[in-house]
Amino acid sequence: MTAPTPSQTVGPFFGFAVPFDGDANAVEHGVRIEGQVLDGAGESVPDAILEVFAGEQFARCRTDSEGAFHFTVAKTAHLEVFVFARGLLRHLATRMYFPDADLDSDPVLQRVDPERRHTLVASPAEGGLRFDIRLQGEDETVFIQL
Amino acid sequence: MLVKGVNEPDFEPPYLFPDYRATQLRAPKRELVRLPEEWFHHSRGPAFGRVPVRPDDADLTRQHRGEPLGERIILTGRVLDGDGRPVRHTLVEVWQANAAGRYVDPSDTHPAPLDPNFTGAGRCLTDDDGVYRFVTVKPGAYPWRNHANAWRPAHVHFSLFGPVLASRLVTQMYFPGDPLIPLDPILNSIPNARGRGLLVAKFDPETTEPEWALAYRWDIVLRGRDSTPREA
Repeated sequence: MTAPTPSQTVGPFFGFAVPFDGDANAVEHGVRIEGQVLDGAGESVPDAILEVFAGEQFARCRTDSEGAFHFTVAKTAHLEVFVFARGLLRHLATRMYFPDADLDSDPVLQRVDPERRHTLVASPAEGGLRFDIRLQGEDETVFIQL
Repeated sequence: MLVKGVNEPDFEPPYLFPDYRATQLRAPKRELVRLPEEWFHHSRGPAFGRVPVRPDDADLTRQHRGEPLGERIILTGRVLDGDGRPVRHTLVEVWQANAAGRYVDPSDTHPAPLDPNFTGAGRCLTDDDGVYRFVTVKPGAYPWRNHANAWRPAHVHFSLFGPVLASRLVTQMYFPGDPLIPLDPILNSIPNARGRGLLVAKFDPETTEPEWALAYRWDIVLRGRDSTPREA
């Protein structure tokens, strides 16, 4: 067995290289998800890049100067979410559930403190859904051990 | 519970490493949720097929009208899974500073020259043997404001997918003999010298092309078992 190559941060200077045309839209017409990445001081994180995926769907979105991101995806049970950022030596993994997901029977949510499950569920918002990611602090998003 | 094999050393950095200041407000403080190994090792990873990869994306010295300044190099190696098998046809993305230590990225304010003939971004797919190969120029060191007189060692950023959720990897490759390596908090976040060594390429005289370019070899091992689909 060989040791896996360790992770290092994506750094601050990926914006010219990692995004691609249409990257935030897994599908042309679908559910629009908007959100913001926030740090432990409640400040926005303008140098993050997120990936969401489910089955054949894959989308990528760099946060803007307000830490905001958006995706367009086809409705599914949930999305896997990866967060990369300056200051993250490894990426973070989480999930986004749609508001109508059956939260009581989901095998992953069963392992999550019921008081923290809401951090994984998007909420209805104008024009689509809202899903914020709090890296640290009050209402910290639930992240999954990689 | 995620069970790591006893023979599989884990050299991953922690999320919180205070010497790298930016981790202090970004590392999660709550315990991460542990899921069964099946989820970790067998869930499918991102389908990267929408990411455009053109044949000339692997040569970072031919993306503009002229040739970039700097030391032309070949960067190559194999992408393997934890059992040493090649990870075929997987996406490899790279990005880097130019030879002067400056990124094209508009957020880079280091007063070193931009090179009109160098962007510093490349993509390729590994071949049937898991081999990737880029032609580029050796990046320069550059200052950052993490601590007094802080300089990043020369490095190339790598992003890899592999087939499963566990295999996604974003990391950095360093060059052998760089005097900045022992001083770098980002690399030193890996607690073990052998682990840090896994991120340092080797000079490869065999692949070096006479009268043209030095070559560096760096193999990458992705996490996740059973990453090669079995024959039905």
